[in-house]
Amino acid sequence: MPIQVLMPALSPTMEKGNLAKWLKKEGDTIKSGDVIAEIETDKATMEVEATDEGKLGRILIPEGTADVAVNTPIATILADGESAADLGKASSPAKQEKAAESAPPAQAKAEAPAPADKSGGGPEKKAPAAPQAVAEPDPDVPAGTEMVTMTIREALRDAMAEEMRRDGDVFVMGEEVAEYQGAYKVTQGLLQEFGAKRVIDTPITEHGFAGVGIGAAMAGLKPIVEFMTFNFAMQAMDQIINSAAKTLYMSGGQMGCSVVFRGPNGAAARVAAQHSQDYAAWYSQIPGLKVVAPFSAADYKGLLKAAIRDPNPVIFLENEVLYGHSGEVPKLDDYVIPIGKARVVRQGAHVTIISWSHGMTYALKAAEELAKEGIEAEVIDLRTLKPLDTDTLVASVKKTGRAVTVEEGWQQNGVGAEICARLMEHAFDYLDAPVLRVSGKDVPMPYAANLEKLALPSAAEVVEAAKTVCYR
Amino acid sequence: MAAPKKSVVKEAEQEKGSEAPLEFTKEQELAALRDMLLIRRFEEKAGQLYGMGAIGGFCHLYIGQEAVVVGMQMALKKGDQVITGYRDHGHMLACGMDAKGVMAELTGRRGGYSKGKGGSMHIFSKAENFYGGHGIVGAQVSLGTGLAFANHYRSNDSVSVTYFGDGAANQGQVYESFNMAELWKLPVVYVIENNRYAMGTSVTRSSAQTDFSKRGVSFNIPGEQVDGMDVRAVKAAGDNAIAWCRAGKGPYILEMQTYRYRGHSMSDPAKYRTREEVEKVRHDQDPIEQVRNRLLAAKVGEDELKAIDAHAREIVNAAADFAQHDPEPETSELYTDVYR
Repeated sequence: MPIQVLMPALSPTMEKGNLAKWLKKEGDTIKSGDVIAEIETDKATMEVEATDEGKLGRILIPEGTADVAVNTPIATILADGESAADLGKASSPAKQEKAAESAPPAQAKAEAPAPADKSGGGPEKKAPAAPQAVAEPDPDVPAGTEMVTMTIREALRDAMAEEMRRDGDVFVMGEEVAEYQGAYKVTQGLLQEFGAKRVIDTPITEHGFAGVGIGAAMAGLKPIVEFMTFNFAMQAMDQIINSAAKTLYMSGGQMGCSVVFRGPNGAAARVAAQHSQDYAAWYSQIPGLKVVAPFSAADYKGLLKAAIRDPNPVIFLENEVLYGHSGEVPKLDDYVIPIGKARVVRQGAHVTIISWSHGMTYALKAAEELAKEGIEAEVIDLRTLKPLDTDTLVASVKKTGRAVTVEEGWQQNGVGAEICARLMEHAFDYLDAPVLRVSGKDVPMPYAANLEKLALPSAAEVVEAAKTVCYR
Repeated sequence: MAAPKKSVVKEAEQEKGSEAPLEFTKEQELAALRDMLLIRRFEEKAGQLYGMGAIGGFCHLYIGQEAVVVGMQMALKKGDQVITGYRDHGHMLACGMDAKGVMAELTGRRGGYSKGKGGSMHIFSKAENFYGGHGIVGAQVSLGTGLAFANHYRSNDSVSVTYFGDGAANQGQVYESFNMAELWKLPVVYVIENNRYAMGTSVTRSSAQTDFSKRGVSFNIPGEQVDGMDVRAVKAAGDNAIAWCRAGKGPYILEMQTYRYRGHSMSDPAKYRTREEVEKVRHDQDPIEQVRNRLLAAKVGEDELKAIDAHAREIVNAAADFAQHDPEPETSELYTDVYR
């Protein structure tokens, strides 16, 4: 029976790709290991190797086709003795059906390997449903401003490029930021524009290069230090906290450092415990640090520009799952969003749902579900975790009387716990129910797909918590 | 278990750099004497104030090691940066920082360099290019490499002089920094002050390779051992290393073989070495006595040398007086300088 070749998943977060080029034509003989096509993902162009032998019977997806979903049949291979007449009977290998969900990607040889992980695999996640459109117009943008749709990855790159053009003291350093074009392609093109002096590939040496960056900042430069993921920044924790955060105070205000530490934080997908940790609560405990964790593409851009200009050390927590998400970014010469301001992204009278970064996907989805049941949730995107915008939270709770926090990190001593305490201190008389926390479960991140899903928060949990505080 | 005790003097003689120390002019000898005496008298006074309870917390004295910073400082020019660990009082004085401001920081007063908020281990002076004063063993090595990175980035010809001890030399980030410094040819002189004890653990008990000048070998960083008790040898080695860096050849390692007379900190009873060992170094190798003896041999009068000492004591007494009478910081200072 003829064999179907399916669109392979080339990274754990890939949902679709472009069929860039066929390297074999119909009728060609194919041996296992032959490169048969090139596929473009949002991060790289990858070669696809055949795993079956025979003759290329029919090309089902012509080259140049964009957005081909993973697992779509793209070609049919005829085994020895089969002919075009057999094509109708084609079957796809059963084991590949679940490939995109939980199996390693189809055999593919990366030209510029897309996923970034020093230990091998590619930690991007199956993108969840796209976040709902933001209901409230952004108060930071003048009415009538032209909007440009771009991915969060591009928003970050543009923010860095704009600041590097503006200030010669700004430079970016980290693992694979230059020649590789960024482990997650966030720094794509920066080397070409700014050269190797300002876009610096470091050895894999987090403790050391964090210290070098801080030292350069103490001397007056403005480094952007990229951690391939914040999981690796634990190796640099001493420098970030003891040197970056405390020096201004210890020097009586003489010597601070303007430095941004940025990179993906929190759970990716299927990369298990050591590569899936949310450090929001860790950093936001430290006086001397600012901590930013945006959700929308516009906020990623505007807040990264603000972070680079800030004279203090800023921890800029990105989210790998969101890198490929698109959003509208104002086309302004200098779009800078002040650090320290939360934003009400959806108005509602019955319950306040508070989240940030990827947690917002659960919050917004839950708000939609709740609306169907007549509960109008007000959704607040914190955007900045330190300093925490208590005023915006209190103002909302004074209106709704109820609140739920949503975070992917662990509950104990988490950001949600801090929000609960502040609401008790500043809005106790307005609360009609105890504040509830939806969070990551109190376990190291498991690998198995079903357990991983359980370990993270879900929109359903947010819905349930919101109903509980509404006594519904 | 106590390690077999070796004669420090003998070891130092064996490991002395091969180059004969350059002769100093009389003016250089006098300048070195002045600077070393200031540090010694300052540290003696700091020890005294600590005993009186005027200085709190940790206080690490530099007595015995004075030739290292004084000799290195003679090799620097304006714009070069200095950074070190927590045994930092001598470095600050050598950099030209005011003794009053340093002593007032030790006593936690508002006139201290850090307004009293840093203390002995955390003092900085942007004006004098002194980048601290760091309390975490080894952290200053990556930071000092970063200072060199900034020099390289700006294409100026300044050099970062990054001091650390034989104890810090075993920290991982030191080697991460060595790697980047050589890879990027950063202008940094790593000055390893080998005073033979990492707190209470002797070099032979803590280090598989006790020749610290070789610690950069696997990164191709040249290094040499220097008699850190002879200020002329330090200056000569410093000149050589700084020239190497200014020429764009990358980092350089100087192992300064030195000795601290006092305990690791004021609270250290120093039971890990004999009184005789300390006395022998003091008697045979004291960096200040070496200069004094040479000056006396060159017919400089005892009176002139005594006047230099008296002047140092005057500066230190004034500093101590200021540090004890300057008010503590305003309580409002608690919340300043967290962010700018």
